[in-house]
Amino acid sequence: MRVAIIGTGNIGSDLLAKVMRSKYLECSLFAGRSSDSKGIARAREMGISTSTDSVDAILRDPSCCDIVFDSTTAESHARHAPPLIKLNKYILDLTPSKMGFMCIPLLNLEEALNHRDINLISCGGQSSIPIAHAFMKSCPETEYIELASSISSKSAGPGTRINIDEYVWSTKKGIEQFSGVKRAKVMLSLNPAEPPINMHNTLYMETKGEPDIGTIRKNIFEVIEKMKKYTPGVHVVAGPIYEEGRVTVITSVVGAGDFLPKYAGNLDIMTCAAVVVAEECAKKKFLEGATP
Amino acid sequence: MKEILIIDSTLRDGSHAMRHRFTADNISQYAAAAESAGIKVLVVGHGNGLGASSLLIGKSLLSDMEYIKIATKELKKTKLGILAIPGFATVKEDIEPAINAGAEVVFVTCHCTEADTTQKHIEYVSSVGKEAIGVLMMTHMLTPEGLLEQAQKMQGYGASGVLLMDSAGATLPHDVMEKVSALKNGLKIKVGYHAHNNLGMAVANSLAAVEAGATFIDTTMRGYGAGAGNCPMEIITAVLHKSGYKTGMDEFALMGISDGIVAKFMKKPIEIDGVRLASGLAGVFSGFCPIAERAGAQFGVDPKEILMELGRRKIVAGQEDYITEVAIELAKKKGNSGKA
Repeated sequence: MRVAIIGTGNIGSDLLAKVMRSKYLECSLFAGRSSDSKGIARAREMGISTSTDSVDAILRDPSCCDIVFDSTTAESHARHAPPLIKLNKYILDLTPSKMGFMCIPLLNLEEALNHRDINLISCGGQSSIPIAHAFMKSCPETEYIELASSISSKSAGPGTRINIDEYVWSTKKGIEQFSGVKRAKVMLSLNPAEPPINMHNTLYMETKGEPDIGTIRKNIFEVIEKMKKYTPGVHVVAGPIYEEGRVTVITSVVGAGDFLPKYAGNLDIMTCAAVVVAEECAKKKFLEGATP
Repeated sequence: MKEILIIDSTLRDGSHAMRHRFTADNISQYAAAAESAGIKVLVVGHGNGLGASSLLIGKSLLSDMEYIKIATKELKKTKLGILAIPGFATVKEDIEPAINAGAEVVFVTCHCTEADTTQKHIEYVSSVGKEAIGVLMMTHMLTPEGLLEQAQKMQGYGASGVLLMDSAGATLPHDVMEKVSALKNGLKIKVGYHAHNNLGMAVANSLAAVEAGATFIDTTMRGYGAGAGNCPMEIITAVLHKSGYKTGMDEFALMGISDGIVAKFMKKPIEIDGVRLASGLAGVFSGFCPIAERAGAQFGVDPKEILMELGRRKIVAGQEDYITEVAIELAKKKGNSGKA
């Protein structure tokens, strides 16, 4: 199935590498806005069709793709989505736009495919919501969950930086919606250390009384094994441990090193999720086409 | 005679020393005293600013809005300041309501290399006619040229000044002078300094900053604040007067507040103990000290070792979760499983 990528920064470039490897997807357009974009130059060298007209390139030639990955900014997505929805495209939104249907592939992939504008929430959301969800299965009475994430400064491009409020908002909403917890709090820190740090996530989950840490542990490790199927670099660094009314679990995501080096697991967790959705979409379309 | 603006962050940085447990009485009593002493800007709230009350850093006794409302009641001429770190505080949920509740000066804060995360927040504050001061934390980790580049971004977003924070209390006076001079020469807006006393340099560094051209100094009464505390307001005021600067403050009035109010609500005296000195040497955020002490006790490791390791990894403010992680690793190395 043919896909277009709009947004040629870190996320768009990492997506391109993953799409190129996919058996089901073919990148028919890599579009941005700036003619001096390094991403565009690299894509052109790889023989990919490029454009500096961003979404307009698709609006001019709607037949160029069935799926559009939007890796621009939340503000731009608000402009891109309506005309693309009209054209009946699947839009996989990698910005924290507060729009569209929130998707965590492990939890609602099937349902997401009934929607056109599918939002991938955020890197913090993709890496932590499945864990929060697994935790809430064993501690449904928990009312408060907190996520503190650190990413390396090098992995945070201009789009990520300008959308830091939107990141907080959308990750918080995602945790609440998927895990069912009453209130979530989300924090993000950028760290400029060299060599760069891996993406790092700590979940703090308040409990009522001492929980069954054995079951929590089992549920969390199970869900992480499932996450590894599409993002192999996800792993537990420490925990889960229980102390003073809270369970703490620290995880990290090592990237595949496709576009940015391996420290940028925050890119991979998003782009892997987006590619899984796109591939599922391609398979579904293929089956629909094959059915008489 | 040159006039230096003294900012009062007792009810903000002091929140760290108080383990974020300032009571409503503490706030109203101190705010009333600050007003009567002629403090120009009083900064209030959680030690890491709006939206930072959390399991990660420490939960505040009262909400940000409660602190702001209690303080505003006591203030007339004194302006209420708040601190906001993007990644913790958002414009919609934190800064806008705080301004609506009476905040007039917003210290928009980030790690010293990440000024572009503050753009929307600074722009918002200036767009509603309030004063935005850009704050660069952990400035011991960046060169003067690097700091200037970041400060220029904040100036471009509309900040009325840039405050350099020595959050780890790791800087010596000659470095302060170089950094402040670089900003002074390269910016059109005012430059300020915020010191910590982990290496015993808070007053010396603040004076050095003023001599290099800083026109505002961020202080706390009696030095009450994170780590080994801040630059004590009553002392720097006296020292500045002695050096021929004006502050518009009366050091004896400040001494009265220091002895009469702050000494009474302090959890314990501010001192440079081994853990605080180590945090200055390690170059880690001063607010890490009590969390490292707790993790050290829990996992049976020396908090000083935890801080030194965090320093080697260049962990910055907001990454308090690494404290537990490092404690667990050090405990494992020692073959000590702690309580976990």
